[in-house]
Amino acid sequence: MKPFTSHTGQVVPLNRTDVDTDQIIPKQFLKRIERTGYGEFLFYDWRRKTDGSPDPTFCLNRERFQEGSILVAGKNFGCGSSREHAPWALMDYGFRVVISSSFADIFKSNCYENGLLPIELSEKATVRLLTLAEKEDCSVTVDLLAQHVIDGQGWKEEFWVDPSVRDSLLKGLDRISHTLSLEEHIKNYETGRDA
Amino acid sequence: MPRTMLDKIWEKHLVHSQDQQPDLIYIDLHLLHEVTSPQAFEGLRIAKRQVRRPDLTFATVDHNIPTTDRSLPIHDHLARTQIKALRENAKDFGVTLYDVDSAEQGIVHVIGPELGLTQPGMTIVCGDSHTSTHGAFGALAFGIGTSQVEHVLATQCLTMDKPKSMQIKLIGNLRSGVSAKDVILGIIARIGIDGGSGHVIEYTGNAIRNFSMEERMTICNMSIEAGARAGMISPDDTTVNYLLERIELTDIGDPSSIIDNWMNLPSDEGATFDRVIEIDANSLEPCVTWGTNPEMSIPITESIPDPQEADSTEARDAMQRALHYMDLEPGTPIQRVSIDRVFIGSCTNSRLSDLQVAATIVDGKQVNKDVKAMVVPGSTSVKKEAEELGLDKIFLDAGFEWRESGCSMCLGMNPDILSPGERCASTSNRNFEGRQGRGGRTHLVSPATAAGAAIAGHFVDIREWLD
Repeated sequence: MKPFTSHTGQVVPLNRTDVDTDQIIPKQFLKRIERTGYGEFLFYDWRRKTDGSPDPTFCLNRERFQEGSILVAGKNFGCGSSREHAPWALMDYGFRVVISSSFADIFKSNCYENGLLPIELSEKATVRLLTLAEKEDCSVTVDLLAQHVIDGQGWKEEFWVDPSVRDSLLKGLDRISHTLSLEEHIKNYETGRDA
Repeated sequence: MPRTMLDKIWEKHLVHSQDQQPDLIYIDLHLLHEVTSPQAFEGLRIAKRQVRRPDLTFATVDHNIPTTDRSLPIHDHLARTQIKALRENAKDFGVTLYDVDSAEQGIVHVIGPELGLTQPGMTIVCGDSHTSTHGAFGALAFGIGTSQVEHVLATQCLTMDKPKSMQIKLIGNLRSGVSAKDVILGIIARIGIDGGSGHVIEYTGNAIRNFSMEERMTICNMSIEAGARAGMISPDDTTVNYLLERIELTDIGDPSSIIDNWMNLPSDEGATFDRVIEIDANSLEPCVTWGTNPEMSIPITESIPDPQEADSTEARDAMQRALHYMDLEPGTPIQRVSIDRVFIGSCTNSRLSDLQVAATIVDGKQVNKDVKAMVVPGSTSVKKEAEELGLDKIFLDAGFEWRESGCSMCLGMNPDILSPGERCASTSNRNFEGRQGRGGRTHLVSPATAAGAAIAGHFVDIREWLD
């Protein structure tokens, strides 16, 4: 997994609540057997009008958000299916951070597994970022070590990440190797329950 | 100290715990399907790892297989590749696969219980959010992503923090004509699409006790639609009787101690839940979703709500977007909404009793001339049992299509999809935009309401037909 320490990037505002994984990556793109190549299918239907042509009003299609790497959206981002293709698509497209006032559980854990950082900020802070990014170019720095988000103008918001998750993100740890290092405990458990 | 069922199952599966670290818990049953597993096996191969417990791992094909004649080749080469990959992976790693032509094939959450793999007190995972279904047996069952699938394949364990507990108490009894699907849609409408986030829900109360195992599975299945990590219902005689028909207890140990263990699972008297929600069972009615997430539902007797009456700007915007997508006007009685398609199937409502309820309603009637309707049994075995009871004939005579088993139009990964603009009464679990096909409009309902809508061509209060 790619380690995550700090990231500075442009904010892309997606002003919708309850964004589900069927929107992040529609089912017809789940048939690949690889972990890569999903970026072009990110928000596939929302990027297109009914006739299939690009919808110029959708954030990802707007010229000034082409370099964006921090997605900000309304509450309960990533609800629905457990498809890990959702964080794969977000990362493959170029996002490193998603900010929302809340995330769905499975989506959040899938992000952690891939080094995509889901940050929960207060609703007030999320709305501020959504509004600001809509009005003008808005860049922020997300610092996982310090656990805060700052902009160049003195705005700062702290966020919380589970200490063990933070540690493995910072180091880009392979979680399976870590569990395998506990082999003795697993073996003891298996022996104990069979007894 | 009194413990909840979640406490008991968690403690029993604790392999290792350490301060400031998530727990390491053991997984008793790992179910796999073709869509979320290929990258996990690829990861094992790259790291030269084995499947630790192939004996606790079972696979089937359900998500992208066709529901038409299975003797024909699969046209979609990507789907074919995924199925081929699962076959090779199962063979190479020694995992049992219930393949397309197997008598045991079916939707992963239908066959687990059917084959007796799902048992009380277990920890069960699968790369699919509707794994919550298995909680109906008093198991802790939840969906995981592909990286965690790989983790469980390699270690038979998962690292995670213990979720919080929530009790949903149904007070009193249900009115007649209100199904398990209506109950869970009603619960989600009350607590919201993220009302269960971070929690495992335990459903309690008389109304739950009176449900059959299949009805309990419908309830637990949609726990994820309230954002919950899992849903569970404690085991009782109904659970034991269901299992005794499917497994030989002597094969797994001493029968009386197995049953004692199961019966000790229910939350202790006085156990504390992090949250408790009480719902008046008598207030629940047959439901229809009108919007683009499972929280957006109304009783069949009501009209499409008005976004102007929403609590917040955010909620109003979401409602307006949903109504625009669904092409519905506020104030329209839901019973006046006409439909084009009916889908009876999915891991929520495709078991024998679901098909029996629907068949009773359509028996001797004809599907409306403007409606195309299909039944997709949840498993090959459900299909066979239904055919032995003559249900296929009832559906076919009424004008329904009778298909092979699979996930089918619940998520439309196979050719079973809605065309843009088509409106569908569906017994599945998600009405997200484009879920059943781009531009398709999904209304989630019970099997009875879906059957009634197929005949009438619009939504009906099925209770009026039953009187």
